[in-house]
Amino acid sequence: MNEAKPKPSAKVSDQKPTREQKHLLSLEHIKKSFGDARVLKDISIKVDTGEVVAVIGPSGSGKSTLLRCATLLETFESGRLAYGDLTIAENDANGCAVYASKAVLKHAKTRFGLVFQNFNLFPHYTVLHNITAAPLRVQKREREEVVALAQSLLDKMGLAGKENMVPCELSGGQQQRVAIARALALNPQVLFFDEPTSALDPELTREVLNVIRDLAAEHMTMVIVTHEMSFARDVADRIVFMEGGVIVEEGTAASLIANPQQERTKAFLSHYGE
Amino acid sequence: MLGMLGEGFIVSLQIFCLTLLGSLPLGLLVAFGRMSRIKPLSIAVQIYISVMRGTPLMLQLMVVYYLPYFGFGIGIGDSYRFVATIIAFVINYAAYFAEIYRSGIQSIPRGQYEAAGVLGYSRAQTFFSIIFPQVVKRILPAVTNEVITLVKDTSLSFVLSVPEMFTTAKAIAAAQKSMVAFAVAGVFYYVFNAVVAFAMNLVEKKMDYYHE
Ligand SMILES: Nc1ncnc2c1ncn2[C@@H]1O[C@H](COP(=O)(O)OP(=O)(O)OP(=O)(O)O)[C@@H](O)[C@H]1O
Ligand SMILES: [Mg+2]
Repeated sequence: MNEAKPKPSAKVSDQKPTREQKHLLSLEHIKKSFGDARVLKDISIKVDTGEVVAVIGPSGSGKSTLLRCATLLETFESGRLAYGDLTIAENDANGCAVYASKAVLKHAKTRFGLVFQNFNLFPHYTVLHNITAAPLRVQKREREEVVALAQSLLDKMGLAGKENMVPCELSGGQQQRVAIARALALNPQVLFFDEPTSALDPELTREVLNVIRDLAAEHMTMVIVTHEMSFARDVADRIVFMEGGVIVEEGTAASLIANPQQERTKAFLSHYGE
Repeated sequence: MLGMLGEGFIVSLQIFCLTLLGSLPLGLLVAFGRMSRIKPLSIAVQIYISVMRGTPLMLQLMVVYYLPYFGFGIGIGDSYRFVATIIAFVINYAAYFAEIYRSGIQSIPRGQYEAAGVLGYSRAQTFFSIIFPQVVKRILPAVTNEVITLVKDTSLSFVLSVPEMFTTAKAIAAAQKSMVAFAVAGVFYYVFNAVVAFAMNLVEKKMDYYHE
């Protein structure tokens, strides 16, 4: 479905960029509070095309809030958010984030997709309708093209033949795969996952993780919040460990898990790692 | 007698249909007002709802009918009886429907709004294609109750001497000094409600293709 995009190799990044490199996603110095609670304290993450970034951390560390800020479900008070050349929010002179116009935000929504922990499929729509609704209604694409794409996505998710079922007739793992297909149907440049398997039994978890693995193999750019450490290690290029609203440590998947530098990372991994 | 009652029934049916036609959409607007973040609007709507639910519909009919004359000195013609009846029924039922809509809308999980939002749906698109259809399914039993009550409530318009079925039955009973007209009217109401219940049941069945 996606053209295979080359992963940025060491060579490419060694080349001196002639002008400032445009990351597919950049979050810079994001600060976000709920009332008095400072949930994100100066978080910066950049994601390049084809990269898979896993975000790990204990409960309440702000992982979901970070994804929700990146997907415009929450607004942050300070910082910068951009998708490639599309700046979503930027600080003004006083250091307060100012968001772009509604039209820009709407356009930005075609650049990312979000897969929720509890799927959030539309229960009154069939599987096919769940996938085709947004491309048809929001992007106003051709029905034929959209339906064909939806069919091929369902094939890929191992859900061929389920087009006319409604979500309540599917298992959790199947529902989550429909949700992934729904997000992919908008041809996003980056896909966010917020604990995509936390609501699933181990067996169903596996089928969803396999789908995400396939996407990673095709160099789909993804940011995945997960508690599945071995999955993160296998699939992610980079792991970001968050705690208390800050990034404590980040590094390549293998090095961060095998050889964490920070005490807090070690403590967390000894709890969650296997 | 059957002919006269039949004519009365047509009037009752008109009151019933016009009330639904007016109060179902108005109720949705009222529900939005009730849930509005604009505090004065929300409070005003709350007061309206509590007055509509806390006072007798019969009294509301009288107020709506006499208000133009006693309140503003506007002469009211005979034709206003029917209009006043419809106005009173619509604003009364809108209040009840508003509370039903509100409970339905608030029962839809946040995740539905968020999923639609991330997919790029506008607020209006989200409401009308994602939220509202699910609300309808959830509130259908409560709406059915109100609709069945409405069938019976149409008889209250006898206080404004609107020539609907109950008014007619009363007149016939007084002239004939017999209960027969009431009994026949009762059968009419009963059958009317049976049809309504059957229709609502069909709609409910139609929405049975999914559950949450
Ligand atoms: N809408 C909200 N209003 C107030 N506080 C919130 C809200 N959303 C999140 N929080 C608080 O922000 C903090 C971070 O929450 P968040 O959901 O981002 O954590 P998380 O890392 O995703 O945790 P988990 O692993 O449990 O999903 C928590 O203390 C939470 O209580
Ligand atoms: Mg979370």
